[in-house]
Amino acid sequence: MLKYAAKRIVLGLITVWFIASATFFGMHAVPGDPLTGDKALTPKIRANLEAKYGLDKPLATQYWIYLGNIAQGDFGISYTQENRRVNDIIREHFPVSATLGILAIVFAGVGGVLWGALTALYRNRWPDVAIMFLVILGISVPSFVMAAISQWSLVNLNQTAGGTVLPIGGWGSVWHMVTPALVLGLSTMAYLTRLMRSSMLEVVNTDYVRTARAKGVPATQIFSRHQLRNAILPVITVLGPAIAGITTGGFVVEIVFAIPGLGRYFVQAIQQLDYTVIMGTTVFYGAFLVFMVILVDLIYGLIDPRVRVDQ
Amino acid sequence: MSATDLTQADFAALPRQHSADQLSRPSLSYWADAWRRLRANPRAMSSLGLILALLAFVTVGPMVWTVDPSVQDVDHIGISPGADRQVTLTTPFIPWEPEALTPPTPSTGNPLGFTLAQSATTQSVRLTWADQDSPRRLYRNLFAPEDTGSFGLPLADLDTPYFEDRLDLQPETYYYTLVALDAAGEESETTATLTIDVTRVISIAQAQERGLIQPDESAEIGQTLKLAWHPLGTDYLGRDMLARLMYGGQVSLFIGLLAPLAFVFLGVIYGSVAGFLGGPVDQAMMRFADFVVALPFLLFMILFKVVFGIGPGESGILPMLAAMIILLWPAPARLVRGQILQIREEAYVSASKLLGATTPYVVGRHMLPNTLGVILVTITFQVPSAIFTEAFLSFIGMGVAPPTPSWGAMCNEGIKSMLTRPHELLFPAMMISATVLAFNLLGDGLRDALDARMRGAE
Amino acid sequence: MIALHYAGSALSGTNLDVSGIDVKNNSVSIIIREEPPQLNSSRATDSISGMVLGHVMEGLVRMGLDDRLEGAVAKRWEVTPTHATFWLRKNAKWSDGKPVTAEDFVFAWQTALKPETASQYAFLLFAIKNAEAVNSGELNPSELGVNAPDPHTLVIELARPVPFFDKMLVFPTFLPIREDFYNATQGRYGADADQLLYNGPFQISRWIHGSSMTFERNPHFWNQDEIHLDTIHVPYITSDANASLNFFKDSKIATTGLQAENLTEAMRLGWQIRQHRDGVVFFMEFNHRPERVTGNLNFRRALQLVLDMDELVYKVTKLPGYEPGVSLFPGWLMGESDLLRKEYPPEKIRPNTAQAKEYLQRALQELGLSQTPTLVLLAGDNPISNIQSEWVQQTLKTELGIDVKIDKQIFKQRLAKMTSGDFDFVLAGWGPDYNDPLTFGDLFASWNKNNRGQYNSPELDGLIQTAQGQLDPGVRMRAFGDIQQHLIDRAVILPMYERGVTYVVDPRLKQLKRRVIGPDPDLSRAHIDAGGQ
Repeated sequence: MLKYAAKRIVLGLITVWFIASATFFGMHAVPGDPLTGDKALTPKIRANLEAKYGLDKPLATQYWIYLGNIAQGDFGISYTQENRRVNDIIREHFPVSATLGILAIVFAGVGGVLWGALTALYRNRWPDVAIMFLVILGISVPSFVMAAISQWSLVNLNQTAGGTVLPIGGWGSVWHMVTPALVLGLSTMAYLTRLMRSSMLEVVNTDYVRTARAKGVPATQIFSRHQLRNAILPVITVLGPAIAGITTGGFVVEIVFAIPGLGRYFVQAIQQLDYTVIMGTTVFYGAFLVFMVILVDLIYGLIDPRVRVDQ
Repeated sequence: MSATDLTQADFAALPRQHSADQLSRPSLSYWADAWRRLRANPRAMSSLGLILALLAFVTVGPMVWTVDPSVQDVDHIGISPGADRQVTLTTPFIPWEPEALTPPTPSTGNPLGFTLAQSATTQSVRLTWADQDSPRRLYRNLFAPEDTGSFGLPLADLDTPYFEDRLDLQPETYYYTLVALDAAGEESETTATLTIDVTRVISIAQAQERGLIQPDESAEIGQTLKLAWHPLGTDYLGRDMLARLMYGGQVSLFIGLLAPLAFVFLGVIYGSVAGFLGGPVDQAMMRFADFVVALPFLLFMILFKVVFGIGPGESGILPMLAAMIILLWPAPARLVRGQILQIREEAYVSASKLLGATTPYVVGRHMLPNTLGVILVTITFQVPSAIFTEAFLSFIGMGVAPPTPSWGAMCNEGIKSMLTRPHELLFPAMMISATVLAFNLLGDGLRDALDARMRGAE
Repeated sequence: MIALHYAGSALSGTNLDVSGIDVKNNSVSIIIREEPPQLNSSRATDSISGMVLGHVMEGLVRMGLDDRLEGAVAKRWEVTPTHATFWLRKNAKWSDGKPVTAEDFVFAWQTALKPETASQYAFLLFAIKNAEAVNSGELNPSELGVNAPDPHTLVIELARPVPFFDKMLVFPTFLPIREDFYNATQGRYGADADQLLYNGPFQISRWIHGSSMTFERNPHFWNQDEIHLDTIHVPYITSDANASLNFFKDSKIATTGLQAENLTEAMRLGWQIRQHRDGVVFFMEFNHRPERVTGNLNFRRALQLVLDMDELVYKVTKLPGYEPGVSLFPGWLMGESDLLRKEYPPEKIRPNTAQAKEYLQRALQELGLSQTPTLVLLAGDNPISNIQSEWVQQTLKTELGIDVKIDKQIFKQRLAKMTSGDFDFVLAGWGPDYNDPLTFGDLFASWNKNNRGQYNSPELDGLIQTAQGQLDPGVRMRAFGDIQQHLIDRAVILPMYERGVTYVVDPRLKQLKRRVIGPDPDLSRAHIDAGGQ
């Protein structure tokens, strides 16, 4: 197991190197550069800036310098947030996104598995139909609409109550996280609900379930021991990338609820072509994703002995 | 019974027997059986009907409702379905020359002398008041000021004793309030409010341009007409919502159906190969998938647009499709590979292999049908996600070029006026919901129909 | 892997749970769109940095509540054609209690001009002797024509006569920086609350990036009598207009902007609505490069005659405070003794489709074309520019049968395309840097790098040189009048509108100052009137 994990980590590092290289050259191939601004620069000042950021060197040289720097854990200085190190940006804002993302995933995962199992057990009966409609609502209303509507409802709730029931935005306490996490996790929950329903239906009538039932195993035990455990695998498969995606992809929610997460820095960086922030966030996100995938694969093995990875 | 001596001949294969199974009913192929079961599922069939209806709406619809979706009716912006369409013919707008006017004199009932100079129309509301030394501030309100406690919208601070209001005038009742300002520029207690009903008007030339009257038709000032009919109202530029929904659906359904089908298909092949082969090949393939997932989508989307050589203002729908296919397949691939790994160890797969089935047969006949449930769920969930990705990319100039509408883009625009003009958000959102609903129900039906365990079940 | 430890800040109270107006603590909360990229005044460019710096720093002069220039760190001053002299008040202090001296200004201005600072606004200092040479690295910063003969006198040698030199000093680039503190920050000056030394009415007591800022009253500020608030909070940072409105509705902030879509609700709720023109002029800029059809005068005239900016402002944009554009020079600019707009009223073009078609025919003949090629309209990726470009597209199609392709680009790509000339026309805006018509007037000079359509006319260049070089206000204003006429006659640009801002304010907040030049909004002199309506 340990040997396997070590091998995976080495492979993971290679993957991250690929990600960094592709992004580096892709980014430089996009027209424009981070130094172009609203007001035109004189050639002299432009040359000064290029020298400051090392943009005057050949691209290959820049690439090797950059690789050397990230190997030492240094992502450089942001172009738009001129005096801030990219490391500081990630260190200050990633924990916010991660906290929100984990809460959203917990909410989506627990909700999705339970609702999904419920719909499969009550297949084609009214709980199935009702949840199905909620799910469809959950995915066909995009997150920016959902965020706006939920914030608007909170304002009205607070006004009716004459005080703050739940804060409508900002960051600080657990109460600030509830609504944005619900909004952020909603579409993932809807997806997991449907996925769980589908995979639950695959196992509901399998031989081992029938055998267990014949042996007189109580229904709750069949549900938790046999059905749930077998059906949950696809959910776990998508959970890994989903965690990574949700923790960095929540920029709409971050903007509406005024949350200081990493998502909006990332989107803004691409629009501003802030080279160092694009690279820093992509490499960090890539590493995080690769790590989550490894983790999920290990968990997978623990849950399902058939696909135990060190065989 | 004594033991039999087995010879080599006993292990030879039996000759093929064609009459082994006597069927009491005509043979039913897997697909025919599935189709039979799908047809018997009323929910699946009605969803199929809904999909056909949606396709007809976006293809046949524009031939029936022949309104141009990009024509702007600036007198008719953001109207809701069923709004009043009455309009009165009038002379063309001529700029007001109030300098020649004698300002009204103040009276006891009206110390500011605040009066309406001419009849109020949607072209302009012309107000005048007594000459003064200190400036005046003019407000406009949709609600009676005594009810709300504020005068509403400040239109201007004025040194002149007149003002011509042309800002977004609708056929409604407005409350205009004139406030005298003191020397420091602060509002004083001296105010006057006028309640003014505005009538909707249109000049004869404009009416001809919009096709409300024929060029040879006689028309006179003061005659009333009906404005063009917009059954679902208009958007923020006065464009017909119904026509925009029809044309917008072409883009949304194209990208929303084609992209998920294509990249899920790619992902299924990739994932099943990786899962079936296992070992180092699987490792290498999945690490490549991790690499693709981590690439920043937006950045590479920009790159694809450059590589495809899409000119300014041209539709970027094909590079968008390509980018979605190339960048989004790893998620379904990962899912299918996980399923395959699990199914690979199932007894029926071993049995089939033992019976000499070839690899493609085992994968295609036993493994994939058993992963079909999750695949269908994935496809149906990618439909709205693709529609909204298109909307976001179009907004930042990466997708379709204006004025081509799409449902997602219409939602983006509609959210801003959600509270005042909900129809601009509601209609496109309903179209997307209907599409998603139809595909989910169809997906469920297909899953049930293609489930091998349900085979032959009535 | 890279060591990025999970900082405790995720859960510790980064949020400020404060009300829009807190009477007990004498504090006010506002919202900002984005956080300032950094607060090093020598490099600041954006309006949000300008707003924050306006509260926590003080320059030689400032704009008063009556929009007139008043002394700040400088007690009095004198500008002659060759020199400007400022006498500093002795009681102006930094937030560590040390006095603000003339040396602090000398250091700040030298820093702004140093090539390695790469300040985008260094050109504002070019009126000072040797400034351009220092900026290009030809001369040592100590050669700059700014001297402090004693700690409270600042003498500036001017490179050329600049009649409005004192008005320019309102801009953040001219704020003081103390050398010992600047050097101690090791290149991180202005990156965090503790990396900045303050001399304004407030100081930043807390700055949590991306989340919130708090300004507290500076006990060392010299003019305590004018300051009434104890604290200004910025508890939220978001660019979402609907979210800001929700924060206002929830009484979390004291003021916020309104969109056209929210006006009805604001009226229904009886809010105190205000409007203000922020000084920015928007116009359609043509690509004048000879290979483009928009380089043809008659072609531009045809467009000038069909785009009715009244319709754009009154029917499409629909916000009070916007004014249809008639000139590059906005209405608030002062002329010789009255508003420039009154002294030199611009000619208003009335839409005339028939005449436009004639011009179009003539243009096509001159260009040797049988029909108009499809035009490329370069546009930004924001909702307002979306609506406007679609309106332009449809209007040209209906009125003249011209096809327009809208080339929507994200910020950097749009700038790259403007610079390389890859467009026919573009929606552009220009905001003032200082309170003189020249801040707009030299925009289309052939040597101006911001003249991205590359308009080149010796006649216009001559007029601009007059406006730049002459001292007599009458002569200068006549030159601006002529520039205005030239731009209209030659249809160099099509002015679209002067932007307005419609906003709501909590009625208890008094003396919230909105302005064109200087920090906007300015709460530094505001106060709370608890019983106020």
